[in-house]
Amino acid sequence: MMAKCLDHLRSKDGRWNASLALLTAGMVALLLTILLFLMSEAWPFLISADTGHGGNRLFTNLLQNPGWYPLEGRFGLAPMILASLAVMLGAILIALPLGLINGIYLEFYASAAFARGFRLLLNLLAGIPSVVFGLWGLTRLVPWITQWQPPGASLLAAILVLSLMILPTIALTSASALASVPRELHTGAIALGLRRTSQIIHIMLPAARSGIVAGTILAAARALGETMAVLMVAGNVVQIPATLFEPVRVLTANMALEMAYAVGEHRASLFASGLLLTLVVWGLSWMAYRLGRHQRKFARHD
Amino acid sequence: MFQRLTGLLLAVALCLSAYGVQAADNRLILTGSSTVAPLVLEMAKRYEQQHPQVRIDVQTGGSTRGVNDTRTGLAHIGMASRNLKPTETGLRVHTIAIDGVGIIVHRSNPISSLSNTQIIDIYTGKIRNWKDVGGRDLSITVVNKAEGHSTLELFLNYFALKNSQVRPSIIIGDNEQGIKTVAGNPGAIGYVSIGAAEFSQARGVTIKRLPLEGVAASVAEVQAHRFPLARPLNLLTGKSPSPLARRFIAFAQSEAVADLIADQFFVVPR
Repeated sequence: MMAKCLDHLRSKDGRWNASLALLTAGMVALLLTILLFLMSEAWPFLISADTGHGGNRLFTNLLQNPGWYPLEGRFGLAPMILASLAVMLGAILIALPLGLINGIYLEFYASAAFARGFRLLLNLLAGIPSVVFGLWGLTRLVPWITQWQPPGASLLAAILVLSLMILPTIALTSASALASVPRELHTGAIALGLRRTSQIIHIMLPAARSGIVAGTILAAARALGETMAVLMVAGNVVQIPATLFEPVRVLTANMALEMAYAVGEHRASLFASGLLLTLVVWGLSWMAYRLGRHQRKFARHD
Repeated sequence: MFQRLTGLLLAVALCLSAYGVQAADNRLILTGSSTVAPLVLEMAKRYEQQHPQVRIDVQTGGSTRGVNDTRTGLAHIGMASRNLKPTETGLRVHTIAIDGVGIIVHRSNPISSLSNTQIIDIYTGKIRNWKDVGGRDLSITVVNKAEGHSTLELFLNYFALKNSQVRPSIIIGDNEQGIKTVAGNPGAIGYVSIGAAEFSQARGVTIKRLPLEGVAASVAEVQAHRFPLARPLNLLTGKSPSPLARRFIAFAQSEAVADLIADQFFVVPR
């Protein structure tokens, strides 16, 4: 057994295999270390008892919403969790239809030359650093909203900037989901004499659905994790917004704003929100992976 | 090859023994204010570069810790972003920089000054429109700093406010974001480090600094110790500091670190 193993290691392929496995194991260990680090840093906050009421501080804070004044010992995280979700959903609501339209146009209508150029542009947009979007939002978009509904820095500004950031991702992933639909389905639809709109709406889109949803979920994870751009345009007031024009603070912005200065329980509470965010993003990625696998199976099936 | 290796080992051994002998006077521990710490950290890096045998350890924990650690001898040098209280005796104060915070509004705002009461009323939400302080009919956008920033602490202390009393419309992180936010909003009021505001204004950014208690918010006034919303950034030592501590403080007060002070938007004392 041992000899066989060593023999295997001596072959070129075996060595290659072993080193790849080692590197992968290293990466996994690194990721787990990060998660463990987050947990150990967040631990004091997660277990701390609320002195006034008894019971767990995290849950009482979530339920009663005492406001976010860490220096006065008040850690109401709920408005920021809601804000993160609201910003993400708003951005998806805008970017999904637009991205889907772009994807459909790329796949079915655009001339080859135009499609190439457009794809290049989308890739470029997807690669722009978020702080650039943030700077644009802060110096152009926010003043523009201010003229109409002060203070300008608001939930709406955050949603608009984020939707712009995730639009290319959704457009590119939905285009490739449409492209990976088996050719036979498309030719079959043509043979049935369906109009092009019917082909797309009734045959191609349902067939590409899981791929499109997977791409959208990945975009949602990015929206949830985005920090700089949102921090610069959202206004960062901790509150549950009543309208689109009120400022909000998302979890990531909260960490970026306060981490450098936080000590003790305040610091632990920031790590706790980081842990929460990491888990949600991992959950979303896992969903995207499941759906993507479904799409590949579907594609192979025919 | 072998010779080279022996040489290397010898050199390492020499270094180690030298370190062992001099360790007592080669280590400097500074503790205290988290406002002073980032600045001192940069100064320490530069000092270590010039004196490779010296190790400087900078820890934060608030001005009061800086005072206590210096008095008990836990730290060679303390850092404090305030003047000493009458009870805190037996220490020597070495000012290395001044932190001045100025109120800024949009350049198009016709208001030329606000009283302290007006500023408090604006920040606590009692006054919500510029017309109530003699300006245009325009709602006020209150720009506040995120919790934990030294500028916020200084501002709240000066106006005797608690952060939960402030009714902000926008919360910002650093000076640059604050300046851009006010420059993009004709109804905004905010406060930033005076150094940063003067720098941006000189480059045409559409903001305006308001005087406080009749004193113009300028680097020159801060330097002259006339501007009220300012505080010294101090290093503290006992009555007879060690030679290394003395050398480091002389370095921190020299021209060699003026650029580091300006980089953090603090003011070099005169």
